[in-house]
Amino acid sequence: MSETLHAISVEVNGKPRSAQVPARLSLVDWLREELRLTGTHVGCEHGICGACSVMLDGEPVRSCLMYAVQANGHRITTVEGLAKPDGSLSVLQDSFCETHGLQCGYCTPGMLIASQALLNSNPDPTEAQIRDAIGGNLCRCTGYQQIVEAVQLAAQRTRTK
Amino acid sequence: MKSAPFEYTRAASLAEACELLRRHGDGAKILAGGQSLVPMMAMRLVRPAWLVDINEIPDLKFVKVEKDAVRIGACTRQCVVDRDDAIAARVPLLRQALAWVGHVQTRNRGTVGGSLAHADPCAELPLAAQVLGARMQLRSGGGTRTLDAAKFFAGPMMTSARPDECLEEIQWPVWGEKRAGSAFTEIAIRHGDFAMVAAAAQVALDDKGRCTRATFGLGGVGGIPLAFPQIAARLVGTRLEDSAIEDAASAAAAECDPGGDLHATKEYRRHLARVLAARVLREARERAGSL
Repeated sequence: MSETLHAISVEVNGKPRSAQVPARLSLVDWLREELRLTGTHVGCEHGICGACSVMLDGEPVRSCLMYAVQANGHRITTVEGLAKPDGSLSVLQDSFCETHGLQCGYCTPGMLIASQALLNSNPDPTEAQIRDAIGGNLCRCTGYQQIVEAVQLAAQRTRTK
Repeated sequence: MKSAPFEYTRAASLAEACELLRRHGDGAKILAGGQSLVPMMAMRLVRPAWLVDINEIPDLKFVKVEKDAVRIGACTRQCVVDRDDAIAARVPLLRQALAWVGHVQTRNRGTVGGSLAHADPCAELPLAAQVLGARMQLRSGGGTRTLDAAKFFAGPMMTSARPDECLEEIQWPVWGEKRAGSAFTEIAIRHGDFAMVAAAAQVALDDKGRCTRATFGLGGVGGIPLAFPQIAARLVGTRLEDSAIEDAASAAAAECDPGGDLHATKEYRRHLARVLAARVLREARERAGSL
């Protein structure tokens, strides 16, 4: 079966990327399967779990609820784009390790995107603000406590740097 | 969980979107924020042949704060309205309702018009629109028409918009009274989930503390969000004493015909309807009184 292909140009983690995509290809499938950026996880595929969160023009969104064709002309940041240029972990990523903010790791890329977006707009969030920011991300391992601690630690480390 | 194939057009203007809707009729669907439509397409509950993407139409993204109304472009993101202090000052119910809508990620993408056009009977923005008597401006190739919320919502996930019409803007009435207050609350399994029952109210008081205007409504207890203008009219002239509020809430709950499901029985929903209606009326009264 042949589907119409649409040309897209998207900035992904600072690099311009172009592709021809069928309209029904979700943004997360394009990122993972075509660009091989498999750090973004795909969980429920219908907007419940938050594992596929990416930043669209700096704001966290669910990449399973967008078609790749809609990203045309926009800026996407995936979890791969959070690390430092030399590939070492960001302050937030390192804080997740430090506080055991992950176990199985499935939700982690979505948690990192959601909490990094929070810290970008609010460097000193309250616990309630952190819990609200990750409210759209499900974690079945940690009980969320260590994730909240990770974000608090990252905020503190960034402030005292 | 992958959408079935469809044809896609990114409309550059509202005129182009209307033309596409006219050409493709019932087979076309408008894609706004996609936070309800895309999951339904992924689950193949709907399979539109054409999607008309309105996300890149600048004319549909605006907020105009005027004396009598706040006018919001249909494709304005929920997060934009949520952050806008000028809207919160004039139509406080909007921010109060948005606090219950989904999560950060969905509010960043979800639109005000999309939520109204989707017309989920449990959704927050349709209830706010119904309670405030918001007006929906619809555009088609033939021109525009404006419908009151009471006429716009036609049933579960159904509106009176024709297949060739696109929601263009929503006019939210501003209450000019000095002493006015509003409130929104709901019960859901988890915060951000669909409400089992939601309630919203807005009241105005004169300097002696007498109610001069009142409106309230309930979501999740019928095919559309319900407002109760006749019952609310009985509150005018009272001091919104707890007893008057309880009477109004009981009368509203008695008019509801909620369905029952695994999560909440019919009886429980009717109980929530009464309790939550009374709660928002009391909160609205407190906020009006504290000014």
